[in-house]
Amino acid sequence: MRISSTGEVLTIYLNGEIDHHSARAMREEIDKAIDFNMPSLLILDFTEVTFMDSSGIGLVMGRFKNLQKNGAKLHLTNLSDNIYKIMKLAGIERLAVLEKGA
Amino acid sequence: MNNNKFTLRIPSRSSNESFARVTVAAFAAQLDPTLEEISDIKTSVSEAVTNCNVHAYPKSIGMVYISCEILKDNVIKIKVRDKGCGIADIEQARQPLFTTGGEERAGLGFAVMESMMDSVRVSSKQGKGTIITMKKKISQKDNAR
Ligand SMILES: Nc1ncnc2c1ncn2[C@@H]1O[C@H](COP(=O)(O)OP(=O)(O)OP(=O)(O)O)[C@@H](O)[C@H]1O
Ligand SMILES: [Mg+2]
Repeated sequence: MRISSTGEVLTIYLNGEIDHHSARAMREEIDKAIDFNMPSLLILDFTEVTFMDSSGIGLVMGRFKNLQKNGAKLHLTNLSDNIYKIMKLAGIERLAVLEKGA
Repeated sequence: MNNNKFTLRIPSRSSNESFARVTVAAFAAQLDPTLEEISDIKTSVSEAVTNCNVHAYPKSIGMVYISCEILKDNVIKIKVRDKGCGIADIEQARQPLFTTGGEERAGLGFAVMESMMDSVRVSSKQGKGTIITMKKKISQKDNAR
């Protein structure tokens, strides 16, 4: 998981598989970065995510709630077709800006 | 390929979630599915197995039984069974956003399975366990590819 911050904007490049097994460690790392950087925008990049199930939805919803405390926004970028499908099913577009990958 | 089948018995450890979905996907490959179909199967198996690990056996490790069978007309049947706590109200459990899993769960596992598979049957008995039976017809080769 790569993290880059430009003050206002925190970008986190997720990688590998997001399931119940991996979600906890990801959650802890993302929340630590949010607490440390206090961004006004968090970008979660999914380019290198090879699998995601509803544990990923829980992960995104939880981070959205966390960001909301400071009124920060959430963008999800480079979503594969399969991951985009799951995000839409969950109605995540009401919480975050969704952007498909190339 | 009709009637080809396998059964898998694994402990409800989260590290087995990936193994379970990849194994079922490898078995399904004989039906020559599209990438989307494979992804749908992987995701649905992951949902069902994760539910056993998270909900059926919340405090201990139990066994999860996965069986797959190729039926006629290119249909794959996937069964995921546990001997855990069972579901009190199945209709409520299937409602989108319903969860007993707390903050980090979305309550969308059943909704995901229903949208990705052709049918999802749930049978459960409190204190005895739960069986999820899913079916999906895999598109034939010459169809829109
Ligand atoms: N195998 C099972 N044994 C006991 N209870 C279950 C089982 N599967 C599901 N449930 C119950 O049904 C509810 C809904 O399941 P569902 O998979 O839709 O959502 P979730 O697991 O709570 O959240 P998510 O799947 O989005 O992470 C669960 O919260 C749980 O109460
Ligand atoms: Mg679930």
